[in-house]
Amino acid sequence: MINEVLYAIMGIGMFFQMMGTLALHRFPDVYTRVHGATKCTTFGSMFLYIGVMAYSALMYFSGDAVYLSMALHIFIVMILILLTNPTGAHAIARAAYRSGVMPVKAKVDMLKGAKL
Amino acid sequence: MAVLVVSFIFSMIFYLALTAGSGTAFYYWSSSELITGVFFSLIAAVLAKKLIGSSGIKPGWQFMNPIRWVKFLVFAFGPFLYNLTKANIDVAGRVITGRIDPGIVKVNTGLKNDFGLMLLANSVTLTPGTLSVDADSKRNLYVHCINLENKDRKCDNVCGSFIKWARRITE
Repeated sequence: MINEVLYAIMGIGMFFQMMGTLALHRFPDVYTRVHGATKCTTFGSMFLYIGVMAYSALMYFSGDAVYLSMALHIFIVMILILLTNPTGAHAIARAAYRSGVMPVKAKVDMLKGAKL
Repeated sequence: MAVLVVSFIFSMIFYLALTAGSGTAFYYWSSSELITGVFFSLIAAVLAKKLIGSSGIKPGWQFMNPIRWVKFLVFAFGPFLYNLTKANIDVAGRVITGRIDPGIVKVNTGLKNDFGLMLLANSVTLTPGTLSVDADSKRNLYVHCINLENKDRKCDNVCGSFIKWARRITE
């Protein structure tokens, strides 16, 4: 029963990861693609990590001490992903704008001609 | 000197967390892992001191205050988590339907230090339909929005309560 719940959690994670990949294909320019790629992959990986962490905790409490370090590692990875993923997205978007890529179909662009 | 000590302690804690369960010489750690940990933490601390010294960034000592950590945790598990979930369902829907209305909007943050701006930019990137593209010297943020259907382009709509929270945590 508990295993099925964990599979469901990981399934949700996989679904969001797939949406992130699909976003690269469906959206028209680099900014909107970065939207999909960062948000969906962060959220999807969080679900995957939570599933793995819960499984490791379960194995640890049923008497297998090796799984403690696994749960700890996954927790650290989760925090690092939450910190580094938006930073990377910001770096990509900033570099794209500064090298002259304009947003497609944009209604307003207040960055154009702004003093930085 | 303080930078050296604090970064040594934090990298040591990090190393111990990564190698927990490796032996029994010192609680959960083996002696070889402890020696390696001290060695690499020293290298990391010296590098951090050099980096901070050469870049001219003032170390943010106000973040050693535990009240700020509690505020940060409340923010992370309250409004942030809620908005993260909402954003992802929203973006997943947009991926399927393909309905977008993008634009770049300027947000007056009025924050007093760069740590607050970093926190705000990172949270904005992970939440509903917004992506921070650039920032200027007056700490105004330029945000790319994926959906501008509501023509009211005020920063309340773009960042929600995040500016208030960033100010509360870092100032």
